[in-house]
Amino acid sequence: MGIIEKSRKKSPWIIHYDCTSCNGCDIETLACLTPLYDVERFGIVNVGNPKHADVLVVTGSVNKRSVRVLRNIYDQMPDPKAVVAVGACACTGGVFKECYNVLGGVENVLPVDVYVPGCCPRPEAIMDGIVMALEKINEKAKK
Amino acid sequence: MSETFTLQNIIAIIVAIIGAPIIGGILSGVDRIISARMQNRYGPPLLQPFYDFFKLIGKERITVNQTQMVYVLGHLFFSMVCIIMLVLKQDLLMIMFVLAFSSVSLIMGAMSVRSPYSKIGAQRELMQMMAYEPVLLLMVVGIYLTNKSFMISNILENGKPLLFSLPLVFLAFLYVLTIKLRKSPFDFSTSHHGHQELIKGLTTEFSGPQLAIIELAHWYDLVLLLSLISLFFANPLWVGIIIALVSFFLEMVIDNISARLTWRFMIKLTGVVGVGAAMTNIIWLYLK
Repeated sequence: MGIIEKSRKKSPWIIHYDCTSCNGCDIETLACLTPLYDVERFGIVNVGNPKHADVLVVTGSVNKRSVRVLRNIYDQMPDPKAVVAVGACACTGGVFKECYNVLGGVENVLPVDVYVPGCCPRPEAIMDGIVMALEKINEKAKK
Repeated sequence: MSETFTLQNIIAIIVAIIGAPIIGGILSGVDRIISARMQNRYGPPLLQPFYDFFKLIGKERITVNQTQMVYVLGHLFFSMVCIIMLVLKQDLLMIMFVLAFSSVSLIMGAMSVRSPYSKIGAQRELMQMMAYEPVLLLMVVGIYLTNKSFMISNILENGKPLLFSLPLVFLAFLYVLTIKLRKSPFDFSTSHHGHQELIKGLTTEFSGPQLAIIELAHWYDLVLLLSLISLFFANPLWVGIIIALVSFFLEMVIDNISARLTWRFMIKLTGVVGVGAAMTNIIWLYLK
């Protein structure tokens, strides 16, 4: 394994986008940054800038308004990149699936790499999802 | 001129070019670990800055315009020139000017794009330069008054540490170090920890390899500034290095205990504390 592949696994910078979440998943995502879980020990940094990010963490179902923003953020991220859908709403649309303005889960808009189920998922599950996304990033970079 | 290019000097240049970023990267890693421990967290591994660096090198190249990369390379080049001049024990005044060129390159790069966040970050960085440049120049003037020379080689030959004649200038320089390293409370041009109000300020539009080069230049600057601190305590040089590391630890403590200030407050504070202290010291040197 080359030094760049190894570094990719050691330093995922995430950007977190809240589509139309109820904030439950967002609170659990931010809980990963607290001293109790401290994701920085894996090199994970929560950046606010899509141009610096490697992993896009999306919470909540996609609706007709937020789809533009979501696509815009995804397009601005430099390759190789991965998308992690966190929570039941981001995976499938959840309880909002049948709403007239909801397009469903993130998979209908972007190529999702990892699904983290749960309403809401525990911080351990979210961290596990991001670590799984790192494997995908290296696979994508090889192509 | 023939003395400049001896074999010894060329080896010194190569060691400095390779060694400075390694030392700078490890110091950044230590900074991140100690900051994490101060916040009751475990913190990243020591080599985390290098992982970040190599990851960024491997990312896709996205440039916003054609000139952006030139400014980024200019930023790195002038920082490297500073380090080379330092190990060759050259003119301190010239190092300060080259250091200013390095900062200006980065500001020009941030100004060359159309993102408002990047532009506001660049303007704040300009304000920071306005604040710290007079203090750095006064420091050089103070060193000249003590040694009657701008050359670093004369400082190292002088048996008495500079600190005995320039205590207030040293304090002013420590204060300026916080601004130059973009540490809290003066981290408003890149918003290092926050990531909210200005996204990433100055570095918003730099991504992938460009960001890696900016990080590399930052490591060179870090080593340069800590070396300047150790000059105050030479000779012997090892005392200076220990004091420089202690100062760096002090910077981390200040970084973690203070909230971000506004740039207006910084200009006023630097005018009073930085320039005031340095001027008092220089007037005292004249009267002595």
